[in-house]
Amino acid sequence: MKEEIIIAGFGGQGVLSMGKILAYSGLMDDKEVTWMPSYGPEQRGGTANVTVILSDEKISSPVLDKYDIVIALNQQSLDKFAPKVKPGGILIYDTNGIHKHPERNDIKVYPIDAMEATLEIGNSKAYNMVVMGSLLEAMDYKLPMENVIKGLKKSLPERHHKLIPLNEQAIEKGRSLVEVK
Amino acid sequence: MKEEVRLMKGNEAIAHAAIRYGFDGYFGYPITPQSEVLETLEELMPWETTGMVVLQAESEVAAINMVYGGAASGKAVMTSSSSPGVSLKQEGISYIAASSLPALILNVMRGGPGLGTIQPSQADYFQATKGGGHGDYHLIVLAPSTVQEMVDFVGLAYDLMFKYTNPVMILADGIVGQMMEKVVLPEQRARRTDEEIRKQCPWAADGRKDGRKRNVITSLELESSRMEVINEKLQERYRVIEDKETRWEEIGIEDADYLMVAFGSIARICDKARELAAEKGIKVGILRPITLWPFPTEAVERAAKDKKGVLVVELNAGQMIEDVRLAVHDRLPVEHFGRLGGIIPSPEEVVEALETKIVNK
Repeated sequence: MKEEIIIAGFGGQGVLSMGKILAYSGLMDDKEVTWMPSYGPEQRGGTANVTVILSDEKISSPVLDKYDIVIALNQQSLDKFAPKVKPGGILIYDTNGIHKHPERNDIKVYPIDAMEATLEIGNSKAYNMVVMGSLLEAMDYKLPMENVIKGLKKSLPERHHKLIPLNEQAIEKGRSLVEVK
Repeated sequence: MKEEVRLMKGNEAIAHAAIRYGFDGYFGYPITPQSEVLETLEELMPWETTGMVVLQAESEVAAINMVYGGAASGKAVMTSSSSPGVSLKQEGISYIAASSLPALILNVMRGGPGLGTIQPSQADYFQATKGGGHGDYHLIVLAPSTVQEMVDFVGLAYDLMFKYTNPVMILADGIVGQMMEKVVLPEQRARRTDEEIRKQCPWAADGRKDGRKRNVITSLELESSRMEVINEKLQERYRVIEDKETRWEEIGIEDADYLMVAFGSIARICDKARELAAEKGIKVGILRPITLWPFPTEAVERAAKDKKGVLVVELNAGQMIEDVRLAVHDRLPVEHFGRLGGIIPSPEEVVEALETKIVNK
């Protein structure tokens, strides 16, 4: 098992923390993990991305050019990373604000309306966990939910642990947005 | 605390390791991409547990001179910075080396010259291995490629710096500083007692509590004949270090036709490139120097023997390649590939460089 994933979007969308929760969940499931952020003068509104690799074996390069899974949360990220999905791989993107949709037919494409789903839950901060839910549903590697919860506990500071049920709800909502192909 | 698996950034791991290995003091000044070292230490507040001092100095120059003072009193002390900040520390580093003192300096390299960029780089190879400061001296230079090695090399550096009373540098880059990986932290090692320090460091300027002869720590010697003896002693020590402390890792060298030499996180990108090249029928092995000084000259010479060509991959315009060329003596083509300005090459780019510069040439 090896999943090479990039999550890309605007700063402030929770891209890096979603990557962190994913990495922690993998760690709780006894996987080797790397989490490599784009770092720099990132800010709300700018672009941010993070590469997360989950594997049964030791991970070589933490930096990649082709991915099993691309998650694009804005037009810029979609344009940049959609061509970098390996043939047969997965592309998940939020349709909100997208005017130019991807045209690849050699990969599995999951357009999701994560923004709308988040509004239904009623807490905009749960946005990244809605996306995370869609990823968990679409991904070949089935990460057990109990380890995702453990991952959430590990990556959230204790004072935020009361938000775990909300995050769980958001993940379930995200799962419902994807019908696995 | 027992061994436990954690997920951590390289910079955070350095801070945890410094406490766990029993360092007495850290003196630093923030700079991207290594500010998490100081931040994590401030968060962990080791002065309340192990008694380790953590201090944000007013500048890099002040920090390295605090390290100089701490080291002179036999304490296990360290500093960390990134490229422009490490340039500022060079005078102090030269003095510490000249005074034969133990100290740890971490450089999480970013692109230069000048203020350059905050993105990753390996362009301080020359500075770290060929001097940096003035005079005939060497640092022991360790190049970690994983977050676990960031931890382990803090322990290794502690042992080496006291064994040889010589400063050690961990030469990391923005990638290994900023990425998170699984780490196992060592159990808490107790800081040495004053008595243990006196025993381990009889040269230390620690207040002469037992009425012993005065210890003088200085890098100044105006009498040329005595200065030459000091220089010769340093050189003798460097020869011992070269003989005993050279470290490297070999990956798939034996049945390979080609060799790649790379250090730090770039060696991991090369490892992925090695897999991709194998799919194309190109057999390439990797030699990763772990100590950049002393450089594994003989290991490179051995590994390159019977190969058709060598590609040196670095995040700079070609620095380590000089040491690789010295090792293989022009017996086979040695070419360089690197990206500059903070751009990280993809494994695919490395394969392409291997094909165009070596395989199809």
